[in-house]
Formats: sequence, structure tokens, C-alpha cells
Amino acid sequence: MIQGLIGRKLGMTQVYDDNGSVVPVTVVEAGPCLVTQVKTPENDGYAAVQVGLVEKKAPRKLSKAEKGHLKDMAPMRHLREFKIDGGEAPKVGDQIMVNNFEEGAKISISGTSQGKGFQGVIKRHGFGGGRMTHGSHFKRAPGSIGQCATPSRVFPGKKMPGQMGSRKVTTKNLEVVRVIEDKNLLLVKGSVPGSKGGIVVIRKN
Amino acid sequence: MNVIRELEQSWMGGKEFPEFGPGDTVKVHLKIIEGNKERVQVFQGVVIGIQGESSRRTFTVRKVSQGGYGVERIIPFYTPAISKIEVVRYGRVRRAKLYYLRDRIGKSARIKEKRRRNV
Repeated sequence: MIQGLIGRKLGMTQVYDDNGSVVPVTVVEAGPCLVTQVKTPENDGYAAVQVGLVEKKAPRKLSKAEKGHLKDMAPMRHLREFKIDGGEAPKVGDQIMVNNFEEGAKISISGTSQGKGFQGVIKRHGFGGGRMTHGSHFKRAPGSIGQCATPSRVFPGKKMPGQMGSRKVTTKNLEVVRVIEDKNLLLVKGSVPGSKGGIVVIRKN
Repeated sequence: MNVIRELEQSWMGGKEFPEFGPGDTVKVHLKIIEGNKERVQVFQGVVIGIQGESSRRTFTVRKVSQGGYGVERIIPFYTPAISKIEVVRYGRVRRAKLYYLRDRIGKSARIKEKRRRNV
């Protein structure tokens, strides 16, 4: 079995469980995916498969290298590698659908988080900041960033202002609430990193 | 977005409710599962608002329980926990959200009955 799938986050809604309580879910359109390359221990040193996402709106332009790699498969823009565990050995061209996942299973989802731009230290790292009123001259500044003569430098990794968001984020142990096979949809309990329409990678735990 | 809207539409089927709105007194029969036993609890009170849309629609029922404590429950329309909704009384109100009832007790918290033509 292939341990994952590539998909697209569509947005959030809610469903009801058997007790009638509300469960918040994220709708992820997962697959269909095609196996584009099989990696074997003999050839590559480890066993894995490379998988591509077949999109409704196929890319019009691919580089010659990409075309050569995909041969006569559908043009695909997003390729990812997944581990495999036992079962039938996958072949190039195999199709993987959402039924790869079962309801109630635990999964991890990675995506590119929503970009927040260049942010200060209060929003980016949760610093306290100073007071806003009573003649304050210390409002949202980070304060001291180190000592004086020793060490006479700022330590690497010091929390400072900078780009926030728009980086790879993984949420682990999400629960698959529902699998809708005819629409290639996966309903996952809770939120998933990224904006609507963003590419996400779904992995089995 | 359209996919989600379609999904929500598909979850809305198979349920019929009597027509009711803010100001109406309703009896909501709720299935409650305790361990492996199931029983029905009735919650009666005034509908003080309806929120949300499509399958996420909910209504708030307020009742004043014994001892004068106000109890409010937010109930989703499409939850499988509802077995039945009965309308006890139609009230005449002039706004969509009756949050002002929370500040009132006794006589001032009454709602006039609405005269309805036979439906």
C-alpha cells in the first residue's frame, strides 16, 4: 500500500456524528494520483513511490525533462514521494484514489501555511510588548536582544521580526471522518494548514 | 466552494420541520445516548434566534427553568439527535433575535400570541 496522497484543500464545513454533535471538518479533494516512478532498494537504495496529482485543469506547459519523466501519462505539476508498506508492489501508471484511506484512520497533512508577510515580534513570536498608554515609548519593540561586551554578539536563532507564514507546516494525527469516493473527497476532523485551493500532502500515520 | 455547498445541500435532505421562527414556543425532542441506552429528552422553550445557513443552520431555545434560571440551548436543525419538533405557541415579535429576553424576568418577559390564519 502507498502511504499517502496529494490533494487540494477546499475549505471547511461541519458534519454531525452519531450522537448528533457537531464535528468541524476540512474538505480535501485528494487524488486521483498516478504512480510516476517506483524506487527500489537495488536501484535507489530505498523503497518508495513517486506519485503525481492528476488535476482537472492540466498544466499546458511542461519542461522537456518533465515530459520525458512522465512519458505518455497525463501531464502533472505536483509530484511527491511516499513510503510503501508490504502488499502488492505498485507499478508505474497505477492509479491511487481516496479509498486508499479508511474512515476513522489517523493521518498527517502537510501544506504551505497562509502567508502573513513581514511581521513584528509580537505577532510572530508572541512577545508581550510594552504598554500602549501613559506616555509609553516602548510599545511593540522586542527590547534587549542580548548582553554587552560578553558575548558582544547576538546569538543565532534569536527571535526577531521577519517573514511569517508561507512555510511548510504539518498537522499530525488528524482523523478521517468521512471518505466520499465518487467525488474524491476526504473529510478530515479539524483544520488543515494552508489556504483554500492550496496543495496538501496527506500521509498515513 | 461549490463542492462544499453541494455537500451541505446533500446533508440537508430527509428532514421535515414545522414552520417556526423567533418568538415561537417549541418542544424539541432530543435523543440522548447514555452508555448504550437511548432515551428522549424534551426541551421546551422560546426560540430566540436562528443562525447560520444550509446544513449549518442552528436555532437557540431559551427556557426559564425551576428556580428562575435561564437555560439556553443551541440546537442544529440537521442533527440526527432531533427526533421531533412541535410548535406549542406562535408568538408575535418584531425582531429576529430576542436577546432582550435575557434581561427580563416575569411579566415583562412575556410574548404576545400571534393570531394566525388556519394553515
